[in-house]
Amino acid sequence: MKEIVVISGKGGTGKTSLAASFSVLGGAEIVTADCDVDAADMHLLLEPDFSQTEDFHSGLLAYIDQDRCSSFGNCKGVCRFKAVAVIEGQHKILPLECEGCGYCARVCPTGAIKMTERAVGKWYSSRIKTGGTMIHAKLDVGGENSGKLVAKVKTEAKKIAQREGKGIVLVDGSPGIGCPVVSSLTGADFVLFVTEPTVSGLHDLARVHSLVKRFGIQSGCIINKADLNPEIAEQTMDFLKQEKILPIALLPYDENFTKAMVMGKTIVEHAPEGLGKLVSEAWGNITEIIEEKGE
Amino acid sequence: MRIAIASGKGGTGKTTLAVNLAHYISQNRPVLLCDLDVEEPDSGLFLPGNLKEKREIFRNVPSWESKNCNLCGFCQEVCNFHSIIKLGNQIMVFPELCHSCYACSELCPCESLPMVPVKIGDISLHKDGLFTFVESRLEIGQEQAVPLISRSLTYLEEQFPDPLLKILDSPPGTSCPVIETVKGSDFVILVTEPTPFGLHDLKLAVEAVKNLGKAFAVVINRNGLGNTGVEDYCIKEKIRILAKIENRREIAELYSRGELIYPKIPQVRRELDKVILFLQDLAKERL
Amino acid sequence: MKIAFTSKGTNPESLIDPRFGRTDFILLYDEETDQYTSLDNREVQQTAHGAGPQTAAKLFNLKPDVLITGNGPGGNAATALKQMKIKIFTGAGQKTVKEAYEAYKAGELSEY
Repeated sequence: MKEIVVISGKGGTGKTSLAASFSVLGGAEIVTADCDVDAADMHLLLEPDFSQTEDFHSGLLAYIDQDRCSSFGNCKGVCRFKAVAVIEGQHKILPLECEGCGYCARVCPTGAIKMTERAVGKWYSSRIKTGGTMIHAKLDVGGENSGKLVAKVKTEAKKIAQREGKGIVLVDGSPGIGCPVVSSLTGADFVLFVTEPTVSGLHDLARVHSLVKRFGIQSGCIINKADLNPEIAEQTMDFLKQEKILPIALLPYDENFTKAMVMGKTIVEHAPEGLGKLVSEAWGNITEIIEEKGE
Repeated sequence: MRIAIASGKGGTGKTTLAVNLAHYISQNRPVLLCDLDVEEPDSGLFLPGNLKEKREIFRNVPSWESKNCNLCGFCQEVCNFHSIIKLGNQIMVFPELCHSCYACSELCPCESLPMVPVKIGDISLHKDGLFTFVESRLEIGQEQAVPLISRSLTYLEEQFPDPLLKILDSPPGTSCPVIETVKGSDFVILVTEPTPFGLHDLKLAVEAVKNLGKAFAVVINRNGLGNTGVEDYCIKEKIRILAKIENRREIAELYSRGELIYPKIPQVRRELDKVILFLQDLAKERL
Repeated sequence: MKIAFTSKGTNPESLIDPRFGRTDFILLYDEETDQYTSLDNREVQQTAHGAGPQTAAKLFNLKPDVLITGNGPGGNAATALKQMKIKIFTGAGQKTVKEAYEAYKAGELSEY
């Protein structure tokens, strides 16, 4: 069972649209994991049925039991996050400010403060239009993103892949360079970068690549909207060569990409002969590479 | 007045709007642009240099002093973030995981965990006539954006008080880093694209901003690209659309080269004029 | 020597878990006594942050000489493991614990 993780440093490069296309190409033989939990969009293209759902908890939240509170105020004195407020004479925790460190609970003389698990979202297991399974999640607004929810989504995806004998887990990774990305990457057999030939695109690609380098995972790159700026596309190719990242495809700027999304379809369904064919070939390249690796 | 430019989805044109809007305003009036997308700060790629000052930003984390330590391991027990562990006769601190709550340091019975500064990033200041640009950049390997965003907002507060107009380029998404940025602003402009992904993520962003009790409006970028879903939604929800920037390959090409858009595309200037008029009215209302 | 494996189960036929910080189990093999003991690490699933150091602390108590895993530890875990003066081998990803041990003995794994 192999794990392919698709990431970009920058948003808007087409990462999710391409990952969704790969999911359709892989069909029922692969398990899809949408780890872009802060703004999960893959479900808009894959028609998931949300058949199973579970609450997800991450981090702790302090809670003051007013019956046991004697207004000593130690909590307010030690809190570094200004999360304790006195409202109408009562000490209360401000949930948006509370970091869950537990310091207040430790110094309360009457034991009035409890640390509770914070519900930050839900994760789902769905059958999608290919007949395959997708694990996805929705982080509540203001919810703390962390490696944990991403890890949960991946773990569930892998469990299913194991149980049903599926060969590939395809992961739509998180943007940026923080914890959620690292969690998207651990355990990967292949990382696919999706970038665009713009100064921002190349800048952010380099930043996220430095993170991937640490793990020594084999990687490849698709340059999307490649003809938008041939000069930067070339600079990007140089960067790939320098860092030993396999160039997988150069896709042209094509409005069909978005037209497909508007219709709730992936590019391989909407334009199978044009852009879809190139995406298909790219997927073929990737699966070939990871199969070779197994030998 | 602080205006946050945010979006639920990445890649909708947040930075493009922030940079072009701020630079355009600066042709006539003083304005400050602050890039708070600390993990991937890109605004600077579109703006000329003139670095005036760069400061390193630190936060405090515990550091182990073995001299008086009795290896009780209470610190490991106290830390809810697993950023301090006991390995035999050694205490190890993981600064990246530390949330700087000071609990371990202050509750240590032997005073063996003094707090020391660790670098989380840089804030750099650039000036060019009426245009002031502040960029906050997270160190690679630092995983927490929120402390740096928070410190940057304090820096702005102290160094650049009102009535200077401050435009804040926010991180994408709707989790903690965005919340921190929006909390520190007076008004939010949500940038979206007229596609299903754009609409889906706009709704999340609207929810986030409403939860924080902030007034907001929408700018539709790449208008004509997809469908009218976003516009219909805004009309239905009585959300003001400040401007609609047309979808043009020309714009994408200028952007790809790191160039400003408004000097070359009149349609963009006209739309930015609408935003500026709105901001002027807003400023008057607040007085 | 004592060899630790990140694993998906509690016996030598179990698959190696490619992760370190969020590994399900740690299996410890004592070459001298030919005995396997296992440590259930699955509570780490509740951990939002700091899985690496948390697991490293648990590993420390087992006092292994060698760690065999799949991809290798993440940044924080790696720092902790360095303090333990333990040899780390990666590349055991798709193998069972038993196969990973044989590969290690045959010098087929990469040293981290």
